[in-house]
Amino acid sequence: MQCHNMTEKIDINKDAKKIVLVGNPNVGKSVFFNALTGAYVDVSNFPGTTVDISSGRYKDMVVMDTPGVYGVSSFNDEERVARDVILYADIILNVVDALHIERDLFLTQQIIDMGKPVVVALNMMDEVKKNGIEIDVDKLSQELGVPVIPTVAVKGEGIEEIKEALLHCARVGNRLPIVEENLQAVRHLVDEDSEALLVLEEDESIIARHNISGIKGMREQIYQARRERVDEIVKKVMRQTNRGASFSVKLGRWMLSPLTGIPILIVVLWLVYEFVGVFVAQTVVEWTEGLIMGEYYYNFIMNLLEPILGTESFLGQLLIGEFGVLTMTPIYVFGLLLPLVVGFYLVLSIMEDSGYLPRVAVLTDRSLNYLGLNGRAIIPIILGFGCVTMATIVTRILGSRRERFIATMLLALTIPCSAQLGVIAGLLGPLGIKMTALYLFVILLVFAVVGTLLNRVVPGKSTDLMIDLPPLRLPRIGNVLKKTYVKSKAFITEAGPLFLLGAVIISVLQYTGILDLIADGFAPITEGFLKLPRETAVAFIMGIIRRDFGAAGLNDMVSQGLLNPSQVVVALIAITLFVPCIAAVMVIFKERNWKEAILIWVSSFIISFLTAGIVAQVIV
Amino acid sequence: MRLDQVNKGQRFQITSIPDKQISTQAIRLGIYEGARLACAYKFPAGPVIIQNGMQEIAIGRELAKKIEVRLLDKGDVK
Repeated sequence: MQCHNMTEKIDINKDAKKIVLVGNPNVGKSVFFNALTGAYVDVSNFPGTTVDISSGRYKDMVVMDTPGVYGVSSFNDEERVARDVILYADIILNVVDALHIERDLFLTQQIIDMGKPVVVALNMMDEVKKNGIEIDVDKLSQELGVPVIPTVAVKGEGIEEIKEALLHCARVGNRLPIVEENLQAVRHLVDEDSEALLVLEEDESIIARHNISGIKGMREQIYQARRERVDEIVKKVMRQTNRGASFSVKLGRWMLSPLTGIPILIVVLWLVYEFVGVFVAQTVVEWTEGLIMGEYYYNFIMNLLEPILGTESFLGQLLIGEFGVLTMTPIYVFGLLLPLVVGFYLVLSIMEDSGYLPRVAVLTDRSLNYLGLNGRAIIPIILGFGCVTMATIVTRILGSRRERFIATMLLALTIPCSAQLGVIAGLLGPLGIKMTALYLFVILLVFAVVGTLLNRVVPGKSTDLMIDLPPLRLPRIGNVLKKTYVKSKAFITEAGPLFLLGAVIISVLQYTGILDLIADGFAPITEGFLKLPRETAVAFIMGIIRRDFGAAGLNDMVSQGLLNPSQVVVALIAITLFVPCIAAVMVIFKERNWKEAILIWVSSFIISFLTAGIVAQVIV
Repeated sequence: MRLDQVNKGQRFQITSIPDKQISTQAIRLGIYEGARLACAYKFPAGPVIIQNGMQEIAIGRELAKKIEVRLLDKGDVK
């Protein structure tokens, strides 16, 4: 991934000083950002990543936010983006979680070692008192050599002092002796002190950027010295006055321990299902897809174009036909996908900001280990129940290529997205508990068996879980909304064009008659092996285009009395395991290489028919 | 002794983290050779939760098996 000086991407006066906000994840940076910049904020995507940078103005200076990181280096996209913004900052506002100074000061000391003028905001001071801890702020300031200002940002406490400090008293702090001693040796190779530090710390991209070779790095020694220095500072400034754990600490523990954690997880997932799977997928979508896009928009575009194009011509088919670029594509993307994605990102942002998500990762780590994944993979899996396309993009957070492949395969194969879930639940409901249990058992079995097998055969090594468990906090609504907006927008701009391409391919297949040929070709398998009526093949093919089309097709057949209960279960198993929708397939091709994508696609076909066929042989 | 053998409530000092890639990430979370930590919770065959002051970090069991530690006596103060 190619990263350059981020500041060139944003349209600013080159002479304006840059204030950069830096901090660990979830320390309240954005509250400071909003307080400094007010309403005029520009959110821009960092090229080649899903990382967004907000920028705005304070007086005559530019203020830039960065993703939350634990240190400046190049371990992942967030860090690379943060690194490039921090390297060329003029002043740094470092937001520190006062409850976690032993963690956060590592980053603080690294920024100080870069030689940047720093102001430290010691945030969440109210929680410090609540947890029976005392911090000597003056002593901390003295040890670091930079101004430290206690704040409770969400209540506005300390914000004015921070504003004042940024204008007048940002200072270069006390560097580690080991940095002081070695920096000069590499300083002439680069443009800035900050870059020189990263060269010493063996940062590959900075070394490559300046064509440096033959330098003996000392990352381990510097990290070790920094860690020891931070621990020494913490020991000097922090005092625990009582050991009483607050309610949030206790709740955090309950969420972790399996006995209480699993019931809590089940309740949370049920709430998520009620919100996304029922409220958004049915009530909201009925309105957005059924009325706004499906009627108002559809009628508008048809009235406009049908007289000109007709629906029989190739162009007519392509633009306003059944799978048209101007009809189905926007109706699907904006009427159905958008509400689902927004709903899910809303839920995910709340879980993330409250600190619950890492605890779910811990809780599920062991089970996921059997599938060659670690607890982090629960994030794309949960998202998959919202939208498999979105979840496939999110597999980027996993630590290795092997994990990304396994997760993508499991998502494509076994996770029904919320577009389908409603229809599936509606069909299973009347069949009773036995049939529902059979369906769930088969899907879970396939999930477990395929995951276990992949863990055996996929080459490479999976990474282990190592995750910081932040304290539980009530999420800030403004933050949650902003996150949801940024992520949903990124998803639509990324998946929208892919879906458009998919629609074009399907229209061409239909116009040339290939689609009918495929449906006919399926007939022997559907009738002979799956013991289903011939028409079911059409529902399966529709399922390739939109998964819910497939499920809805089955729904029609059931209401016409064409399927008996056993056949419904067989058909539902087949359509759940069947290949994901065309949008997801396009994303798989984009995220994985074409070999892996074809492998995933073809094996989904085979596994879905094989499983459904076996079940059919037993029960129908 | 390895990290996965430490019991809940015990205090220990890390003596070695073999994987360099992992140790550079871990050090920022306060996990490094020489660090004195406590085991806050241990899942049966699952992750180990270690505690450093108010901070908690979950370590996958497989990773915990690779980390060498030494138990600290009650007398060893931080």
